[in-house]
Amino acid sequence: MRFLIPLILFIVMVAFLAVGLKLDPREVPSPFIGKPAPAFSLPQLADPSKTFGNADLKGQVSLLNVWASWCVSCKQEHPLLIALSKQHILPIYGLNYKDERDAGLGWLKHFGNPYTASAFDADGKVGIEWGVYGVPETFVIDKQGVIRHKHTGPITEEAWQNSLLPLIIQLQKEGSPT
Amino acid sequence: MRVCLILFGLAMSLSLQAIEIRQFDDPAKQQAYENLVKELRCLVCQNQSLADSDADLAKDLRTEVYSIIQSGKSEQAAVKFLVDRYGDFVLYNPPLKTSTSLLWLGPFALLLGGLVFLGVLARKRSAGRKAEPALTGEERQRLQELKKKLEG
Repeated sequence: MRFLIPLILFIVMVAFLAVGLKLDPREVPSPFIGKPAPAFSLPQLADPSKTFGNADLKGQVSLLNVWASWCVSCKQEHPLLIALSKQHILPIYGLNYKDERDAGLGWLKHFGNPYTASAFDADGKVGIEWGVYGVPETFVIDKQGVIRHKHTGPITEEAWQNSLLPLIIQLQKEGSPT
Repeated sequence: MRVCLILFGLAMSLSLQAIEIRQFDDPAKQQAYENLVKELRCLVCQNQSLADSDADLAKDLRTEVYSIIQSGKSEQAAVKFLVDRYGDFVLYNPPLKTSTSLLWLGPFALLLGGLVFLGVLARKRSAGRKAEPALTGEERQRLQELKKKLEG
């Protein structure tokens, strides 16, 4: 009995520390979850005469992947995106963040292009509108153009299977925009 | 050689200096800007303020804060701009809300808990002391005898 209270305190402390150790400090909760995608309109990477904006994100469940040719982790994530694009589950849009057009296009040519379209955000202003702080970042957007989930850092196979894919399937079952 | 070293030292000190030069039309705005970038947290190097951070994003965010302040809007407008996009995380001084109540009230709750615990412990001890049985006359006499023996 004398040792019970210190023991309980110790276990509680260990539990707190264990949880704290598992938390990723880079994972900052996005204030955008459940809110409509911020308004933007940018030239497309492949063709500057065409634009890509938040209006293009409505109508079906889609991914918006923030990437750049200078981003090392994007390269790590890239094979997974390529594989996903071949499965045609949903359109994957790119936001080419603070890149140079030639570098971005060259990167896609070299590693393959998983994107239905990429918006070209040269000065990163749209990135700030979306609360981007580290590439790669991936947003799941529902049929109404509302952001439902944000994944920071490269998408891993595990994250895809456990959190992104189930959410996408659920969102695809939801009603079409009225 | 020595000149080289001095030049190198100068170059180093330059690169460590404040990063951009900002022009303000009003010293009050400059003050507001400088206060803000010290209070706002950089998302890339998370233990640095926007003022300290050399990250590319911090630079962009300083530019945003600058243009908001320079356009004559309030400090709150600049803070709101960042909180709307990046959440309360950017604030070194988070507001008291339900989600942050543990952060703000937790330490006081712990202090209160500690004081209560201490109080209970103290009361138990003093109660225990009072409960000590008094010595009988015979025992007291033996105690005196023992004391005398010891002092001998």
